[in-house]
Parts: sequence; structure tokens; C-alpha cells
Amino acid sequence: MALLWLAPALLLILGVVVWPAVELVRASLARFSITGLNKGSAGLDNYRNVLANESLGTVLANTVVWVVAVVALTILISLGLAQFLTKDFWGRRFVRWAVIVPWAASLVITARLFSLIYSYYYGTLNAVLLKLHLVHTPVDFLGNDRWIMPSMVAVGVFVSIPFTAYVFVAGLNAIPTDVYEAARIDGASPWKIWRLITLPLLRPAILVATVLNMIYVFNSFPIIYTLNESNPGFAHDTTITFMYKLAFKSAEKDVGQSAAAGLFNVCLILVAVLVYLRVSRWREEES
Amino acid sequence: MATATPALTGTSASADTATTSATPGGWRRARPWAMPLIGLGVSLAFLWPYLVMLLGAFRPSSDVVQTPASVLPRVWKWTTFPEVLGDERFLAWLRTSVVVALASTAIVVVVAIPAAYFTARFRFRGRMAFLFLVLVTQMFSPTSLVVGIYREFFTVNLVNTYLALILTNAAFNLAFAIWILHGFFASIPRELEEASELDGCGRVGTLWRVMLPLTLPGLVTATIFTFIAAWNEYVVALTLMLDDSRKPLTVGINSYVTGYEQNWDQLFGASLIAIVPVVILFALIEKHLVGGLTSGAVK
Repeated sequence: MALLWLAPALLLILGVVVWPAVELVRASLARFSITGLNKGSAGLDNYRNVLANESLGTVLANTVVWVVAVVALTILISLGLAQFLTKDFWGRRFVRWAVIVPWAASLVITARLFSLIYSYYYGTLNAVLLKLHLVHTPVDFLGNDRWIMPSMVAVGVFVSIPFTAYVFVAGLNAIPTDVYEAARIDGASPWKIWRLITLPLLRPAILVATVLNMIYVFNSFPIIYTLNESNPGFAHDTTITFMYKLAFKSAEKDVGQSAAAGLFNVCLILVAVLVYLRVSRWREEES
Repeated sequence: MATATPALTGTSASADTATTSATPGGWRRARPWAMPLIGLGVSLAFLWPYLVMLLGAFRPSSDVVQTPASVLPRVWKWTTFPEVLGDERFLAWLRTSVVVALASTAIVVVVAIPAAYFTARFRFRGRMAFLFLVLVTQMFSPTSLVVGIYREFFTVNLVNTYLALILTNAAFNLAFAIWILHGFFASIPRELEEASELDGCGRVGTLWRVMLPLTLPGLVTATIFTFIAAWNEYVVALTLMLDDSRKPLTVGINSYVTGYEQNWDQLFGASLIAIVPVVILFALIEKHLVGGLTSGAVK
């Protein structure tokens, strides 16, 4: 009986999520030629090779910076933005539509667009900065080692805000207004009201937004792949683009090593989400 | 920004009396026009890259890649959109995107509704295991599994087919749809169903005539989310669709600007054509979006 209602979902999950996951495990244990032919078992060599890869440290550090910076900035800015979007004012409808646009546009289109906006030679951003006399010579946003990560983080935050702000708008709308009335009658200052009423009641929304953003941002591929396109090596890659390049772009085209890196990725994000949930629940019990 | 104009104060006693009592009088008078102004600033903060894109579609590519860069076109060009819409390659990519997004969405809706309804209504052995499986797939992204996905479809000889993309998009968006709908179904009082069954509706009839209309906001949210995710999917299509004429828009339009040819105007025109339907879809469900996210994800 249960099977009848769940069978389609089970089939789809087993066929297109679990099967590739199994394929990934199998590939991570096999040795491949450069053209992708399976040449037999490799034992744990692929895992060893990933761990021994000289770029792994840089790539892991990049991943941490990327995820933490994008998620933290996104949550902070979205909290303020959601507060603004729930106020009543003329034209709010239009502002809400405008905020949706970066969410609606495909990531690869936005990334491609920013690769031109950031461009050293033809970039609009440099044109504006030069005109405003904020810089004297163009900034090489995507080629300079100091600038590329902040530039990519800015785009990451830009595309993550809409979804996050909407989750917070939903959370704010769910807070009953009489709670505010009572606090105001008691003479609480706006800041105090926000800190002691809004923020605690918004907790579930913040939790959901943080977890989903961690997953999305960690798995985010097009921004880094596109903006970092002209730089050789793995100096500015995260684990996701590192894995992709190992299989499809590097000189070796090593499918086995890439599969092993893919499994590391899956484990990393599982652990990160579990740790976050653990820590945030622990704080809840404490307070 | 918050200096008041006396002429405007007469009309300032508007909807938001709630905050005014605690804020200074100057802000109360400035608010009716200051808030829309800030709103305009916020809108521009989110729209400016796409305005750059729009301007880029109305200038020849040679003007886009000319130093020094200029924000406004030095030369205008009005034929980009007809050019793009007349381009065989573009039409083929558009067709792939439409077919794949529509088919994946249809599959997700048909598969998610029974699963969400059944798990929300009945306690059975393996229920938790099923819900856990769904939760785990939410954390897997097609990106980290892309090597496995490629190998699977290579084995079953489906590389380069719409079906491979459709199945992948459907499978990876299923979890979100099940979770949202599960929340909605669980919130509907059981008495409503019992009444309907007493009136002679079977289980399927009850689901169709009583439950589905009540979960409409959730259903709309899940549908649009899936459509947009499928429409914007990139990595799997980049890996699986090797034949140029079978690529979706997200992958295909990149061939407007490569090492060999640089048609920024066409890239931007094509990108705008890809973005506009999604923005309209989103704008249409903007109200449901807030409701759907609250009931499904936040609670």
C-alpha cells in the first residue's frame, strides 16, 4: 500500500541520486586512462592522491573563506533588507520585484555578466571608479591575487541575498503584531525591541536560511568557474571547482581522483551542516 | 536625506502609524517620500548589473570591448534581438530549455504530491527512513555527483539526450517539493478529510478535490521553484550535452563569446530573453512565495 504512493519518488531518487552516488564511489576506487577507460582497481590510491595534491590546502582554505564570507554577509545584509521590505511604503511592490531579479537570473548568466563588469580593459566598474577618481589606474579584479576572492564573494552575496531576504520576510510576517504593541507600550526602544523580540522570533528562519545557504554556496559552481576562468592552476578554486577541473579540465583528466574529491565534498557539506545544527541547538538550550 | 518638506507633511499620516510614535517627528514628516527614495536605491542596487546588460545588448560588440570602457553606448545598435531570435542555434537552445524545464516540473509535481500526502497522513514502517532519504538528497547537489551522473548516463547510453537532463533535474528538485508539500498536507485538519470520505469520495478523490486546493500556495511555490531550478541548471547540462544543438540556453549562450568569436551584444540579448520569463513567473507568485516559504520551510 505504502509502496504504491511512494514508488515513483523512490524510483527517481534511487535511479538518479543513489545510482550516481554509487557510481561515484566505484569510480573513486578505480584507475582510469586519460580518455576515461576503466583500467581496473586502484585501491585507495585516488584518495591518497587527492590528500597528497599540493593544492589541497589552498583549495580547502579558499572553500572556508568563500562559504563563511558569503553566508555571513548574506545573512547580515538580508536581515536589514527584509526589515525594509516589510515596511509599508509607496512602490514596495516594485522594490520586491527588483530584489527577485538576481535570484531569477541563472547563475552562469550573472557570472558571465560580472566577468565583463570586472574586466581590466573593458569593465564598467573600472570605468565608473576612474571617472569618480576613486582609483588612478584600473583595478585587475579578476587577475590580481588580492582582489579575486573579494570580487567573487561580492557576486556570491549579490545572488544569495534575494532568497535569504525572502525567507526573512516570511519569518517577519509570521510574527504577530500585538507582541510589538505590548513592547512599545512598555516603553522599549526600537533597538531593544529588535534585539529582544524580533531576533529571537526570527531564529527558525535564520537557522533555515543559514543551512540552505551553506549548502547552496558550498555547491556553487558557476561563479568561481567563470570569474576564475583566466587564472591557471587551483590557486583560487574551491573544492567544487577543484573536483570538476580534475576530471574535465586538468592535464591528467583523472576521473578516479575527481570522484574521490567529489566524495570528500559530499562528506564535507554533511559534516558542516551537522556541526552548525549542533552548535546552534546547543546555544538554544543554554539561553 | 531625512529633512522634511513642509508641503508634504499634510499627506504623511499614512499606513504606518505603528512605528511613528517611537520615532522623531522629522522622520515622520520625511517618511512618505524618503522611503520610496530608499526603495529606489535598493532596487538599483539589485538591477544595475542587468541594466549594464540591457545597454550591452543595444551596442555593437566592438563598442563593448573598446578601451576606455564607457557606461553608455558610444554607438547604438537596435538589431540585436531580431538577430538572436532569428538564430537557429539560439532557437535550438531555447527549445531544449523549455522542454527540459517543463518536463522536469511535470514529473516533480506528479511524483511529489502522492509521496508528500502519504507521509504526512499515514504512519507506516519505513516512513522515517523515507523522509531521511529525501532530506539527504536535498544536501547532495548534482555538482558534487556530476562524475557519477555522467558515468550512469554513459552506461545506459543517454548522454546527449533530453531525458537525461529531465530525470536529473526532476530527481534533485524532488526533495524540496516533497518537504514543502509535506508541511502543507500536515497542517490540514484530518476532520476535513474524514468528512469528505463520509460524503463518498475515495482516497484519490479526497486528495484531488479537498486537499490539493488547500495546498495550492505550496504547490505553486514548489512548481515555480522546480521550473526555475531546471531552467537555470548549468553543470549537468555542461557535462552531458555535448552536441551543440541539444544544449540548453545556460550552456549554449556561452558560445557567443569564446576565444574565437566575441558577440557580447548577442550574449546579452540572449541572456535577457532567458531571464525575462523567469522574472515574470516570480513576480506573479511573489505573494505565494512568502506564504509558501513560511509554511513549508520556516515552520
